[in-house]
Order: sequence, then structure tokens, then C-alpha cells
Amino acid sequence: MNKYNPFEKILIYFGIFVFMTFILLPFIEMFYASLRPLDHLFRSPYQFYSDDLSFWAYQEMWNTVPMLGRYIFNSFFLASCVAILTLIFVIPAAYAYARFKFPAKNTSLYILLAINMFSGAVILIPLYKLLRTLGLLNSYQSMIIPGVAFLIPTAIWLLKSYFEKIPIDLEEAAFVDGASRVQILRHIIAPLSTPGLVVVGIYAFIGAYAQQFLFAITFNQKKEYMPIPTGLYEFIGYQSVKWNEMMAAALVGMLPVLLLFVFLQKYIVEGLTAGAVKN
Amino acid sequence: MNQKLKSYTAQTYIAYALIAPAAIYIILIVAWPLLETIRLSFTNSSLAGEDYVGLENYQKMFSSKKFNGIVTRTFVWMFFSVSLKLIIGLIGAVLLNANLKGRSIFRVLVMPPWVVPIAIGMLGWLWLYNGYFGIIAGVGMRTGILDGPFGFLAYKQSAFISTIIADVWVGTPMVTVFFLAAMQGVPRDLYEAAYCDGASRWDRFFKITLPQITPVIITMSLLSAIWTFNSFEIIWILTEGGPRGSTTTLIIDTYKQALGNYKFGRGAARAVVVMILLMLFAGFYLALLARINKKISHE
Repeated sequence: MNKYNPFEKILIYFGIFVFMTFILLPFIEMFYASLRPLDHLFRSPYQFYSDDLSFWAYQEMWNTVPMLGRYIFNSFFLASCVAILTLIFVIPAAYAYARFKFPAKNTSLYILLAINMFSGAVILIPLYKLLRTLGLLNSYQSMIIPGVAFLIPTAIWLLKSYFEKIPIDLEEAAFVDGASRVQILRHIIAPLSTPGLVVVGIYAFIGAYAQQFLFAITFNQKKEYMPIPTGLYEFIGYQSVKWNEMMAAALVGMLPVLLLFVFLQKYIVEGLTAGAVKN
Repeated sequence: MNQKLKSYTAQTYIAYALIAPAAIYIILIVAWPLLETIRLSFTNSSLAGEDYVGLENYQKMFSSKKFNGIVTRTFVWMFFSVSLKLIIGLIGAVLLNANLKGRSIFRVLVMPPWVVPIAIGMLGWLWLYNGYFGIIAGVGMRTGILDGPFGFLAYKQSAFISTIIADVWVGTPMVTVFFLAAMQGVPRDLYEAAYCDGASRWDRFFKITLPQITPVIITMSLLSAIWTFNSFEIIWILTEGGPRGSTTTLIIDTYKQALGNYKFGRGAARAVVVMILLMLFAGFYLALLARINKKISHE
């Protein structure tokens, strides 16, 4: 019943082609633009063909925006801090949700889901005032602190489902054999949940990397702490925008998350869809 | 077993102790700011200080024609964006669900707009929409649809549509992936039985697939509505709410009032409106989720 006749096949492939064009066109066009010399880009109407493609822009961009390397480092640094902090907060909480019964368990889980629905924009004002009072505006912390808060809810849900997959019998058997809670945690839970922790950590990293823009434009004015999503806009500050270099830098800036995602997409998608899609 | 392990109350204490760090963090960074926003909305708070002004911010806001226009615009923008995401996402999921060569590659290729930081993806769209040198204007000029350069983000209507398209681009992959996951969860024997009874592929889609994935479609509609409503970066980067306010949605207006002009009080009043609308959405969503879960546990 899953056989398609040639006509159907062509139709489906054509549909996929149109769909994928919409999804991938910006990336393809960004990559193409990054390879073309600037004077080819500045022709109107648009020229489809350039004969001297090169990776020149990928070298030159570091000179045009001298801080570019720093921005990329900042993005990595910020996302790593946020991911690690998120894990520290989430591991015990997710374990409690997976293993214990307690009053208000379900209610609090739903509250976590509800938090996911608030964008950072709603709470920016008090956060701005709070960070100002604490003297934390224009610092790494000003972007890390709110970043963690918005990743905790989903991370708890994700990690909880990983913990639930570890059979409770194992823990109980160890307990009967006289193992302490700490020993159980170290010798049973930790090794068995490593894959889950890695996936949640990477989810947090990608999420943190992606959400940097709003917090960065609001809480940080200092160049030396700027992450790449805001740093890229420096290319626009020049008399004429160096589109090829900007696109090259943009691609370099998105590469880390893309690579991480491609390698782990199966696990992340499984985890995220599991909540919404019950078999 | 559990009783032997720990008594119920001791379990409760351990659980609360484990949850406490995350809970306190969320209370400080999310819950308190939400309440503080409500309080600030009754003040004229700015960088200079604050005084209570009662309902003044709200009165000014609701009596301003501009604000009412913004609310309407937000919902129109949302309606088109969400509908397009759902329709394109459903078509995409059906296409990628077809049992053909290469589908596993396409399933990965569909995801980049979702994963890549929005602010970086929008640079690509800025280039595509460029009126002189961009590919869309270029195709338009070469095919004669446009008679000259056309800045898609420079005119009211085209900017409105352009921001919707960019938003759909960001949101579609996730919808597609969820629909696809739902389609694969439909029991195969349903299809086999229908096939034996001679149901066409079309019938099988409308009589089996669609009803089976309806819960996911409803959930995704609500979730995309919420995320679309919250959409900030796309509009901010492409148009900053312009030209002449034509792409200013509630979120953009809130941000502009609060952190563009540092009028915290006025901004807070707008944020409260956003909050109330979001709570309505969230209430719908959670009620729905509870119902679906109940249904599943009954089956």
C-alpha cells in the first residue's frame, strides 16, 4: 500500500522541492553571497551568476570587525555557562519529579509549562531594574541570569522523562543490598542517565545560544561582552554594508549550533515531541 | 517497597529540598518580576524614580487610538502567521511522511530555521528582502512583476507581509516535526485495515490520519499562537516595528515604551496586557492538555 506510481512520486518530490526551497533558500543565498565578491552583490537587478567565487570574505571579515572572534567566544562562553547552570538547577529537581510522590507535584509541573509561554519581553522591566540595582548591567551575568530561568522549565520536563526510563527496580535492589542514597546516585543513576544529561545539556546550550539576542540588546551595551547575534550587526554600521562578509560571519556564527543539532537531532526531537505526542 | 525506602512525609521533604533550588531561581527571576511588572504598571516609574499614579497608564493606553490599532494588528499578524505555519507544516509533514528515498535527510534538512539563532537567520532575510540587490526583488524585476527596485521592508503592507513570511519560516519546522511525529504514532494496522477495505490514499488521510492527529494539531495551534504572539526578534530586526508603525505588535510596542524610552510605568501597563492575554492562552492550553491526558489514561 506504500507503493507510489511514477506520477505520484514526481508530485511528492516536487512538493518536497518547493517546501525545502522555502526552508533552505535563506541559507543557500547566505552561503552564495558569502562566496561572491562585493561588487557582484551590488548589482541591480540581482545577478544569478558570478564566475569568481572565493572564500575571501571568510578571511576579510576578521579585519572588518576586529572583535568578531571575541563575539564568537562570548557566545560560546555565555551558552556554556547557561547550560551548566541550568543542569545544576535541573538535575535534582528532575530527579525529584521522576522518583517521588509529593503534594502539588502535577500542579507545579504545569506551572513550569506555563512559564515557557511567557517571553522574556514581559519581565524585562523589573529585570532591568534589578540588574541595575545589583550593578550587573553590561556584564556576562546580565545575560546569563535571565537565560537560565527560561531554560529550566523545558529542561526539567526533558530530564524527568530520561530519569523515568531508568528502572526503579535497580535502585531498590541496590537499596536492599545496603547501598546509601549517595552510592545509588553515583553508581546507578549517574552512569545510566549520562546520555540524558548530555542531551539536556546540549538542548540548553542550543537554547541559550539562540536566545542571546534579546537579553544582549537590553542588558548589555559593552562590546567586549557582546555575543555573536548582536555583534554581527556591526557589519551594518559601515558606509556600505559588506554583505558578503556579514553572511560569512553569520554562517560561522550559526555553525556550532547546527553541527550540534545535526548530531543529536534524533534525541532532542524525541524528547521534545514525547511530551506533546503520546503514542 | 516505597514505605520501606522512606515514609511518605520524609519523601516529600526530600523532594521539596531537591526542587527548591530551581523553584527559588524561577521565583526570583520570573515570578517576582511578573508581580513587580503589575505593580510598576500603576506607577510613572522611569530612570528618575517612581510615584503611584493609579490607573493613569491604563487610561491613557486604552483611550489611545494607536494602542487599539496595535492590538488589532497583533491579532491579524498572528492569525496569518499561525494559519500559514499550520497549513505549510501539515503539507510538509505529509510530504516528508511519504515512504520515499531520501526522506530521512529531508527530515533533518527541515530543521535549521528552528535551531539557528533567530537574530542570525534574520540577516539572511534582510539580504533576501533587499530592494536593490536581493534575490526576491531581482526575480521580480527580471520577470517584469516589479518595474524597479522594491524595498520589501520599506512600505507598510509589504513590510507587514514580509515579517509574517519570515515568522512562518522560523515557526514551520517545529510544526512540521511535531506533525510528523504524530503521524508516525498512528497505529499501522488502521491503515492496513482501511487498505484491505479498498480505501484510497486520500480517504486514508482524511478518515484516519487527520482524526488521529487532531489532538496534536490543536496543541500545536495553541502553542504556535503563543509563540507567534511572543515573537519579538524577527520584527525587531527586520523593521523595528516600522515603517510608520505598520509592523508594531504588542510585544514590540511594550519593548519600545519600556526600554526604548525608559518609561517603565507605561511599558509595564502594556506588559500586563500581554501577560493577561498569555495567561488566557496558557489556560486554554493547559486545560486542553489535561483533557487529552485524561482521555489517554482512560483508554
